[in-house]
Parts: sequence; C-alpha cells; structure tokens
Amino acid sequence: MIAELLLILLTAVLINNPVLYYFLGLCPYLGVSNKVDMAFGMGMAVTFVMTVAASLTWVINNLIIFYLNTGYGIDLGFLRYIIFIFVIAGTVQLVEMFLRKFFPSLYDRFGIFLPLITTNCVILGCCLWIDVKGYNLVAGQEGVAVSWKFLQALLFGIGNGLGFTLAICLMAGIRERLNFSDVPRDFRGVGITLIVAAILAMAFMGFSGIGG
Amino acid sequence: MAEKSAQPGSMERFINGILPENPVLRLVLGICPTLAVTSTVKGAVTMGLAATFVLFCSNFFVSLLKRFLQPHLRILVFTIIIAMFVTIVDMFLKAYVYEMSRQLGPYIPLIIVNCIIIARAEACASKSKLLPSLADALGMGLGFTLALCILATVREILADGTWLNMRVMWDSFTPWTIMKLAPGAFLTFGIVVGTNNFIRRKIEERKSSQP
Repeated sequence: MIAELLLILLTAVLINNPVLYYFLGLCPYLGVSNKVDMAFGMGMAVTFVMTVAASLTWVINNLIIFYLNTGYGIDLGFLRYIIFIFVIAGTVQLVEMFLRKFFPSLYDRFGIFLPLITTNCVILGCCLWIDVKGYNLVAGQEGVAVSWKFLQALLFGIGNGLGFTLAICLMAGIRERLNFSDVPRDFRGVGITLIVAAILAMAFMGFSGIGG
Repeated sequence: MAEKSAQPGSMERFINGILPENPVLRLVLGICPTLAVTSTVKGAVTMGLAATFVLFCSNFFVSLLKRFLQPHLRILVFTIIIAMFVTIVDMFLKAYVYEMSRQLGPYIPLIIVNCIIIARAEACASKSKLLPSLADALGMGLGFTLALCILATVREILADGTWLNMRVMWDSFTPWTIMKLAPGAFLTFGIVVGTNNFIRRKIEERKSSQP
C-alpha cells in the first residue's frame, strides 16, 4: 500500500511530469524561470495551493456531486468546471489570507506569485487529471475504501506540485547559465528556452518504465 | 470616453490578431494547448475552433457587461463567463464528435485557464465597444488556430508521414516517433518561434533599407 502511494508520487514527479509530459503550467514555466530562488518560490506556492485544491475538488466531486447523482439522481456534472475554478480561486484567496496572518515572512516570499496561480493551468489540470487517472469514485465499483481513493488523489496533487517545482528549478538553473552563452539572435528568449525544454523532456523520457 | 477614439478600428484589430500580433507566435500566450493537441492537424483545428468560439462569446459578454465590472471582481467574472462557454463546448464535442473529445480529453476544459482568452477580455473587451471586441476575438482566434495548424502540420508530417490523415510522404519514410511525444512538441515550437522572429526581422530590415 505504501509502495503504491510512493509510486503515484514518483510517477507524478518524474515520469508524467506535469510540465514536461502534460505541458501544463507553461506560462509561469517560461515567465518566472529566470532566477532559481524565484522559481523555487513559485514552485512551493504552486505545490501548496495544488495540494489544498486537489483535496477540496476531490471532496466536492466525490462526496457531493457523485452522491447526489447516485443517491438522488440529481446530475450536477455540468457544473463541475465552474465549481473547480471557483474552488481554485477561493483556495488561492484563503491561502493568501492564511499566510499573511500566520506566516508573514512566507507571505512576503510568495506574495507576487499567489494571485497568478489562479490562472495557472497546472492546478486545474491536476484536478481534471484525477478523474483520468481513476482516483475518483465510480458508480458500481463498491468495496473500495473512500479514504484510499482520497489518499491517492492527495498524493497525486502533492506529486504534481513537486514535479512542477523540479521542472521549473531545473529550467531556472539552466537559464542562469544560458545568459552567458552566445545564442543566435532570433532564438533569444522564448525560442532557446523551448529548445532547452525539449532536451529536458527528452531526458525525462528516460524515467519512463520505472515501476512498470 | 473621448480617449477611446484613438483605438484601432475593427478591421485593424481583426488583421492584427492573425499575424502581426499572433497570440501564440508573437505574444507567447496560451501555449499549453498549443503544445498538447498539435500532434495531429485534426486535433489542432478542433481545439482552435473551440477556443475561437469561447473567445468570441466571452468577448461578446464582457464587452456588454463592461459598465458593471468592479475592478476587484473583474477576473472572477471573466473566469465564470469563460467556464460557462467551455462547458457548452465540452458538451457539444462529447455529443457530436466523441472520438475527438476523447482524444483531446482534459485539454478542452483547460481552455478556461487559457491565457489568451483572459488576456483579450482584460486588454480589449472590457475597454472597447462591441464590434471591435468581436473583431478582435475573431482575429485572435483565427491567429491561434493558424499557429496551431502550423505546428501540427510539421509534427504530423514528420511523425506519421500524413497530413489530415492523407499520406504525403514517400512509402519508405521512417516516422520520427519523437515528434509525436513531448520533446518534439517543445522543439517544433521553439524552432517555429525562432523562424518567425527571423522572418519578421528580415521584413523590417528590408522596409527600413528602402526609402
């Protein structure tokens, strides 16, 4: 059981890295990856919000929408995306208020990134991929512990956050050195960053196959 | 609203979106779907049209509602409007082109957080009259579709030897599987952005050298 959870974490960080495999969160990936400490701050903020948002959307999706559907025949599935985006925006606000009150030093560090995270596709993508990965409750599939499914979704959220942090920090480290190299004029900026990302993605492909 | 008269007209906005200010190639916005769905031309066209529809509708509503927008609730209102139309598109695709909907998967709902749409609502629709913002939406949407198609054309031809499922390469052509995967997407986009910069620079140099 522990091994299975670890595998979910490892898969999300290395094999199916949200940035280099699913192309999620590319805007901050290209925008905030100039300095390693900025990149790390962004990564940590995303991990934090992602963990909270993934668990909250899982709870809403499975304990409210799913039970209303199976128990009372009320299908609110069409509201799912609107609820998700509301939850994410709310989470970001909450996290911002919470940090400002209890961890002012951390708040100063995250400050500028937090509002940006609402429109970061990593978070919404993670909440949507929980369904694709099968961590949601499914009608007719009895006997699976609700808490087990929740744990899987939670670990998936944390793993995706860490994977994003890893990818953005790697890129920031490379870009700090890239400043001193002679890049062809037209490829400076976005062009060379994307080509570096291609090489990174190729390197991450080497992880596929871990754990079968 | 006297200062609004200096804004570009509808036609200019429409043309601006397609090439001079192409959202993907020039402004580098909305690149998550750009990379994810461009392994086939068909997927790229579907995504482009879906995003254009959402952009058109959201610009329409934001432009109508611009008097009532409160500064601090602005982004939330944009997002809700966008999420509503994305839900409509998602249901439409599921009902009529189920295969395509399955292939694109969660990237369709991810249109909600596509920066192009929020950026146009913020930069254009919430400040302009109805007609220019509709023209802007169409131009930006077509520009987005065009950029997606360019990327998808390169990737599909190299990865499968086909274009829109029609065979274009010779029979003994060895498919470049890597172009279908993530590294191929990053590489193609990087090279397309670089090439686009190169072409623009050449055109500008030619313009400035001629009196």
